Amino acid sequence: MVATRHSALGAGKTAMFSYAFRRLLGAVPTLFIIVTLSFFMMRLAPGGPFDSQRQLPPEIRHNIEAAYDLDKPVWRQYFIYLGKLTRGDLGPSYKTKDFTVTELIADGLPVTTKLGISSIVLAVLIGVVLGTSAALRQNRIADYGVMSGAMVGITIPTFVMAPILTLIFGVYGVSLFGMDLSLPVSGWNGGAWRNMVLPVIVLALPQIAYVARLTRGSMVEVLHSNYVRTARAKGLSSVMIVWRHALRAAILPLISYLGPAVAGVLTGSLVVEQLFGLPGIGRYFVQGALNRDYTLVMGVLIYYAAIVILLNLVADLLYAVLDPRVRYAR
Amino acid sequence: MSVPFGQDRIADVMARAVDVKGRSLWDDALRRLVRNRAAVVSIVILLLIALAAVFGPLFLAYDYSYQNYDIVSCAPDWWPDKAVLCSAGGSHWFGTDSLGRDLLVRTLYGARVSLAVGLIATVVSLVIGVSYGATAGFLGGRVDELMMRFVDVLYSIPYIFLVIILMVIFDRNFFLLFVAIGAVEWLTMARIVRGQTLSLKQKEFVEAARAGGVGNFSIITRHIIPNVFGPVIVYVTLTVPASILAESFLSFLGLGIQEPLTSWGVLIKDGADQMETAPWMLLFPATFMAITLFCFNFIGDGLRDALDPQDR
Repeated sequence: MVATRHSALGAGKTAMFSYAFRRLLGAVPTLFIIVTLSFFMMRLAPGGPFDSQRQLPPEIRHNIEAAYDLDKPVWRQYFIYLGKLTRGDLGPSYKTKDFTVTELIADGLPVTTKLGISSIVLAVLIGVVLGTSAALRQNRIADYGVMSGAMVGITIPTFVMAPILTLIFGVYGVSLFGMDLSLPVSGWNGGAWRNMVLPVIVLALPQIAYVARLTRGSMVEVLHSNYVRTARAKGLSSVMIVWRHALRAAILPLISYLGPAVAGVLTGSLVVEQLFGLPGIGRYFVQGALNRDYTLVMGVLIYYAAIVILLNLVADLLYAVLDPRVRYAR
Repeated sequence: MSVPFGQDRIADVMARAVDVKGRSLWDDALRRLVRNRAAVVSIVILLLIALAAVFGPLFLAYDYSYQNYDIVSCAPDWWPDKAVLCSAGGSHWFGTDSLGRDLLVRTLYGARVSLAVGLIATVVSLVIGVSYGATAGFLGGRVDELMMRFVDVLYSIPYIFLVIILMVIFDRNFFLLFVAIGAVEWLTMARIVRGQTLSLKQKEFVEAARAGGVGNFSIITRHIIPNVFGPVIVYVTLTVPASILAESFLSFLGLGIQEPLTSWGVLIKDGADQMETAPWMLLFPATFMAITLFCFNFIGDGLRDALDPQDR
C-alpha cells in the first residue's frame, strides 16, 4: 500500500519535471523569435548612434561604426548580437554614452522590482478580501458595490488615476481625524515607504479590480459546491468555511493570472515612474524611446518578455503543484 | 373562396409565408439589448459625445490652435474660487490651457482623434484578426499550429511596448500610430475566430458547400466569417476602448499625437503638469475619457448578454 502510493507520487514528480523541462525548451524559440524580431526592427529604424550630431570626418565615423560593429554585414551583426546576448550583454546604449544597456537595466531594476512586487502583493491581499466578501453577499448591495468599484478600477487608466491621487494626497493634502495624510508625490528617496505609497497604490488599483473579479467568480462557484454544503451542515461558521475550505480552491485561478498581472504592472510602471520621478527601468524605457535609443528600447523589451515568459511558466507549474486534478498531458 | 390544390396550393402557401416575419437571432439580440438600460444609456451618451466631437468645433468661436496670450491658464467663469485665478471673459466654458487655447474646443478635438483612433485601429485589428484566425482554424493541422504559435509568441510581450517600438521606428507618424495600435490588438480576435472556425467547419452547411465544389477561399469568406460575427462584435466593442486607451497612454508619454494637434492623452498630460494651479485642465479631458471608456464597457457587456446563447 505504502509502496504503491510512493511510486505513484514518484511518477507524478517525474512527469512534472519532464513537463517543466518541455516548457522551458518551448520558451527558447519564443525568446529567439522576439530577439530576432527586435534585432531586425532595430536595423529598420532610421539613424544610428552618431546621427543628429555635427558632420564627422570619415575616419572618425569609420572608427565609431567599427566600435559599434556597424561596418560589418547585417547577418554578422545579428550573430554578434546573439552571441553577446547569450552572455547577458545587450550591447551599448546609443545615447547614454559609456553605459551598456545591461548596466542601465541593472541600475533601474531594484526600484521597478520593489514597486512591482509590493503592488502585486497589495493587489492580491485586498483583491481576495474584496472578492470573497462580495461572493459571500452575492447579489446584494455589498456585492454590487465591490463589482462597480472594480469596474471603475479597470476602466480608469493609471495615467488618470495617478494625477488625481497626487492632487488629493499631495497637492491638497488630506487630513483625517487630525492625522496628516499628505504624501510625497515625487522622488524615490532610497525607497522610503512614504515615497512608495502613492506609486504602489496607483499600480495596484487595476490589479485589485481584476483580482477581486476573479476571486468573486471562483468563490461563488466554490460556495455552491458539495463540500462547502457539508461544512455548513456541520455547523461551521462562514468565516471558518471560507478560511479552511473554500479559499484554497477559490484562489487557484489567481495563479494563472500572475503572468498578465506582471505584464500589467510593467506597463503601468512606464507611467508611474515617469509621473512620480522614480529611477526605474520604465523611465529608462520611455526616455530611450523619446531619444530614439534603439539598443536600450530593444534591450528592455527582450528583458521584459523574458520575465513575462518565465512567470507564465512558473504560474503553470505552481498551478500543477497546487491543484492535484491537473495532469501533464502528452 | 375555394382552396386551390396541387401546385396552386403550394404557391399560395409560399406567398403567405413571405408575409410572416420570423424572429432571427439578431432580432432577439436587439430586443435583449434594448431592455438593458445601462447599455442603452451608454449608446445615447456615446452618440452625444461623437456628435459634439464632429460638429461641436464648427459652432465654437476658437480654433484648436488659436492662442490668446492674455488669458493663459484661465479658469472657466463658473469655476468656484476663480477670484484667486482669473476670469476668462465668459466664452471659454472649460477655461484655457497654459498656452491660452480654449480647452472646450481642444477637448472636442481630442475626442475626434481618440474616437478616430478607436475606430480605425479596431478596423485594422478586425481585418487582420478575422482573416488570420479564420485561415488558421479552417486550414487546421500544421499550418494552424504554426500560426497560433506565432500568436502565442506575440502574446508574451506586453503589447504597449511593441507599439512604442513601432512608434520609435516610424518617428511618431500620425497615421501609422493608428495602424500600429491595430496591428498589435488582433491577437485575441484571431484566437476567438479560430476557435469558432474550428467548430463551424464541422457543420453540415460547410460540408454541403464543399460537396457543391466551392473553393476554400469562398467557404471562408461566404460561410465561416459571417457565422463568427456574434462573438467578434462583442470583442470589437471592447477593442475600441482598448485602442483609445493605448493611444492616450502613448500620447501621455509623449510618443503619440504631437502638438498642436491633440488627443485626450495629450490633454491629460498637460493637465497633470498644471494641476496645482489649473485642476480643470486635468478634470475635463479625464472626465470625458472616463465616461467614454465606461460607455464602451457597458455596451460590450450588454452585447455579450444579448448575443450569448447560454442565457436564453
